Amino acid sequence: MIEIAGLVKKFGDRTAVDQLDLSIPKGELFGLLGPNGAGKTTTIRVLTMLAQPTEGSITIGGWKLPGNEQQIKTIIGVVPQHVNLDIELTARENLELHGRLHCIPAAERHKRIEELLDFVELNERSGDMVQTFSGGMKRRLMIARALLHRPKVLFLDEPTVGLDPQVRRRLWELVRRLAGEGLTVLLTTHYIEEAENLCQRVAIMYKGKLIALDSPAKLCRNLGEYVVEWHDGESLNSRFFTDRTEAADFVGVLTTAAAIRRSNLEDVFVEFTGRKVVE
Amino acid sequence: MLTHVWTVFWRDWVVLQRRLGRYILARMVSPILYLVAFGWGLGRSITVNQGSYLDFIVPGIIALNSMNISFNAVGMSVNMSRLYHKTLEEYLLAPISPTAYVLGKVLAGVARGMISSVVIIVLAYAFGAHFLLNGWFVLALFLNCTVFSALGLVAAMMMNSHEEMSNFNTYALMPMSFLCATFFSPAQLPAFLHWLIELLPLTHASYALRLSSSTGSMPGAALGILGLYVIFLLWLGIRKTRQVRD
Repeated sequence: MIEIAGLVKKFGDRTAVDQLDLSIPKGELFGLLGPNGAGKTTTIRVLTMLAQPTEGSITIGGWKLPGNEQQIKTIIGVVPQHVNLDIELTARENLELHGRLHCIPAAERHKRIEELLDFVELNERSGDMVQTFSGGMKRRLMIARALLHRPKVLFLDEPTVGLDPQVRRRLWELVRRLAGEGLTVLLTTHYIEEAENLCQRVAIMYKGKLIALDSPAKLCRNLGEYVVEWHDGESLNSRFFTDRTEAADFVGVLTTAAAIRRSNLEDVFVEFTGRKVVE
Repeated sequence: MLTHVWTVFWRDWVVLQRRLGRYILARMVSPILYLVAFGWGLGRSITVNQGSYLDFIVPGIIALNSMNISFNAVGMSVNMSRLYHKTLEEYLLAPISPTAYVLGKVLAGVARGMISSVVIIVLAYAFGAHFLLNGWFVLALFLNCTVFSALGLVAAMMMNSHEEMSNFNTYALMPMSFLCATFFSPAQLPAFLHWLIELLPLTHASYALRLSSSTGSMPGAALGILGLYVIFLLWLGIRKTRQVRD
């Protein structure tokens, strides 16, 4: 559904995305993971035509870029990282504007707006001005807006940033339901557990480059399913093992206190990028 | 294409409708001040071409006011939408052409400029001004609103902060407000300045509004120049909207 080959995006001398190759099949829930400034948002902006690529080819839903911008715009839904709702309109009017921009006939548009307000549980506040909404409500409304024209691909850029854990889990549930219905979802996040919980495959980006690509489970397995952590003076050391017995044997020979746990995506991330993910 | 133009206009109309009363009230303040200061105050002792000064300045006040309203209606809101609220992205992500976006926004600016001009016309009659309303007058007003709505859009796409926008206002619109045949005839100015002022669109809007409202005749040359400005600024606005991507 999404094919990216040799994508490069430069801002002056700075290379934000460097030779990115990706292939995301239909119906996949795919995560772009990376620390701040890794190039995730730039990748999404290029894919959604808000930024122009410097090099490389992009195909979405069989349509090539550049040249088929209008066709691609009809099949993609975008939820950006920042809130870009129209604060001078009500929730319903925001959806109405989107529906009109996508030329959805009036009867179908009104029906679809009701369905989606119901889906994101905002019916009761549909007539309220958007500026009175909480962060979670705004985020849900942006998802409803992105889905209004029945896109085939949904881009979610840091969909849960700044949200309470409860709201975040509710949004995860929503995204899973969408992927279950056959929608291709490309989300960016720097919350490790978000990618681990939601995505079938993740790509780790660092300084504009793709440094790892696989399912969260496979990435952990490749690194070692068990990790031993121990303090050595000031620093925290870690070592990966393929099975628990090996890990336990290693702990046995250590002279300091150590802990054995299962490895997770954060370990993979730290191993690849050499730094802890912020937030 | 027309559907999309209407959609872009519709959004601005919904917002305007919600506060139409307050909008009209706010639009009355500066014209009343101009009419009191220059019409009743200063104007009582001045005659222009054997007519009252009040009759002379009403077309000028309409020209400068419609310029300011149209420019700011489009300029400020599009600039905020591009830089701060990021709502411009909603239009850039939609399958609509930059032309439809520009025309919709410009028409919304024209609507605001025309409404505020109706407010001034009513006030001017209430202050005892004499002038004719006719098709040429309405056409000149429409073109003036279009010129400055389009200029507002161009500025909004090019200026990268709220401060730059307000500087544009100070360096471009403010001098025009005072010099472009609004309060006096530029023929009284030194030749070089006169020549420079003749190049500016507001001068021709003032000429067109004054001629049509005093004699009822067609201000052909002035309308032609305003028309050329409309074509150039709409073209530039569409071009800048196309280039707004990173």
